[in-house]
Amino acid sequence: MNVLVCVKRVPATGGKITLTADEQEIDTHFLGFTISPHEECAVEEALRLVEALPGGGSTAVLTLGPAAAEEQLRDALAMGIEHAILLETDGREWDPTATANAMVEVIRARRAAGRDFDLLLFGNEAADTGGYQVGIRVAHALDLPCVTGVKELEIRNGMAMAKREAAGGREIFEVTLPAVITIKEGINLPRYPSMPGRLKAKKKVIEQTKPQWNNGGLEKVRLKLPKEQEHQVEIFGKGPEAAPKVVELLQRLGLV
Amino acid sequence: MMILGLIEHDHGKLSDLSLEMLTFGRRLAAQLNAPLHAILIGEVARPLADRLKAYGVSTVHLAQHDRLDDYAPEAWAQSVVEIVNTVKPEAVMAAGSDRGNEVMAHVAARANLPMAANCTEVQPGDPYRVTRVRWGGSLLEEARLIGTVKLLTVAPHAVAAEEALATGELAITAFTPALAEKDFRVRVTGRVEAAAGKVSLAEAKVVVGGGRGVGSAEGFKALEELAELLGGAVGCSRAVTSLGWRPHAEQVGQTGTRIAPEIYIACGVSGAIQHMVGARGAKRILAINTDPEAPIVAQADYAVIGDLREVVPALSAEIRKVKQG
Repeated sequence: MNVLVCVKRVPATGGKITLTADEQEIDTHFLGFTISPHEECAVEEALRLVEALPGGGSTAVLTLGPAAAEEQLRDALAMGIEHAILLETDGREWDPTATANAMVEVIRARRAAGRDFDLLLFGNEAADTGGYQVGIRVAHALDLPCVTGVKELEIRNGMAMAKREAAGGREIFEVTLPAVITIKEGINLPRYPSMPGRLKAKKKVIEQTKPQWNNGGLEKVRLKLPKEQEHQVEIFGKGPEAAPKVVELLQRLGLV
Repeated sequence: MMILGLIEHDHGKLSDLSLEMLTFGRRLAAQLNAPLHAILIGEVARPLADRLKAYGVSTVHLAQHDRLDDYAPEAWAQSVVEIVNTVKPEAVMAAGSDRGNEVMAHVAARANLPMAANCTEVQPGDPYRVTRVRWGGSLLEEARLIGTVKLLTVAPHAVAAEEALATGELAITAFTPALAEKDFRVRVTGRVEAAAGKVSLAEAKVVVGGGRGVGSAEGFKALEELAELLGGAVGCSRAVTSLGWRPHAEQVGQTGTRIAPEIYIACGVSGAIQHMVGARGAKRILAINTDPEAPIVAQADYAVIGDLREVVPALSAEIRKVKQG
């Protein structure tokens, strides 16, 4: 089974987000970058699925981003992914439609070269832009079934059994491969890359292309921080002596 | 020209988020002096039409098909595309829920149109100016949305659901979408019920949450005890699940569960924004933290400055004392 995981490089934001002066980006001067959380789980899931299959398989990771996104591809390689593809941008933001189109082009070219994928994994939504649509757009263009928000996945006899959260429990979807599955964090706990894995990843060749930027129809104008609600905090005291005051509050709220 | 809202339901049970979406859609429709239409998928949803009327819907388009008895995202999307092609709306919207975002993304792909997910504000025109949620609510984006039909979803709780002041006549027009076998290749084929008896984190009235400050997996025992005394649920931060101390199902935040309790008791939680967006629905926050300068304290309504390993057991003891009267 051949699995492709599509990931995104995003800033590892801390307690507080600050914006650049032109309000176009998060100020990343003091931030590192990471694979968007849902997609990090998708990488882990790809590895587990292939490891568990008697026939094994191959894994590849794909990202669309600036040259620096090589760092996230190498992270995925260090976890154990075999191949990496970078769709290099000039740093401009690509909207979901443009991103999906560029990915479809690469996958189609592979298909034509007889190197098709049986399973395409995405994150349910990118942590930063939260577009909720790249996986679905790719599935539609390639005429593949797509299950989103998956928190449990099993591959058996050319079928994917996927479960996702719904009110009151989980709902089950069964689709035939090839298929697109979008993953939600919580499906697994991603592994830490091993030292030998890191060293091996450093030496791997990354396939690269530079697709042409295009306007997909959703254009960022500016970013802004949500208004903080003014807050008055009442300090109940220090240490265990504050307990009676807390319980008084809980009683007032009818919770005790 | 009208605004069209896709109503989300599960076997005829209406999603409250759709009422927020209709409230949002009605305000846009009023600006444009256009009517508000709704689309209901499946005959099983017909009884919902009256509720929609109260929110200002003048026409309901009811998709009838014998296979539309359960959720199938592509079949839902195809039904929407068909009605869009027939009535030519100005904009189509759904709630920014799992299903709402999913169906609208399928509609967008099929119609080859852009889509803006999780909008909090919209200004009509060409292009539309929208404000939408990024980073799960930690950040907002102002964007231009083009397209012959504007497709968007409405961020949960961006507006409160409010009935219309005046409502007119309601027309229900049924149609049978031309659905292919392929439109049903993705459909719900089964369900797993959640374990009974346990208070669900999303619905708990009290959430006792722990962060890295709890110190260990064992440290959560005291939090569990407090949660149980209060009939609540235990939650945690992403740091805690990454350390393997608690299951992901208990994670509160951007990539975890959104909670809405009467009170959120945050123990040893730093208050990183990714965690706090998940706790935005909490009516009150009580922080228990050794550091009075921790971001969580500034965001809390009440705080106890101290070591949670002493404070939490003291709270449990005090509650027991009070309960025993």
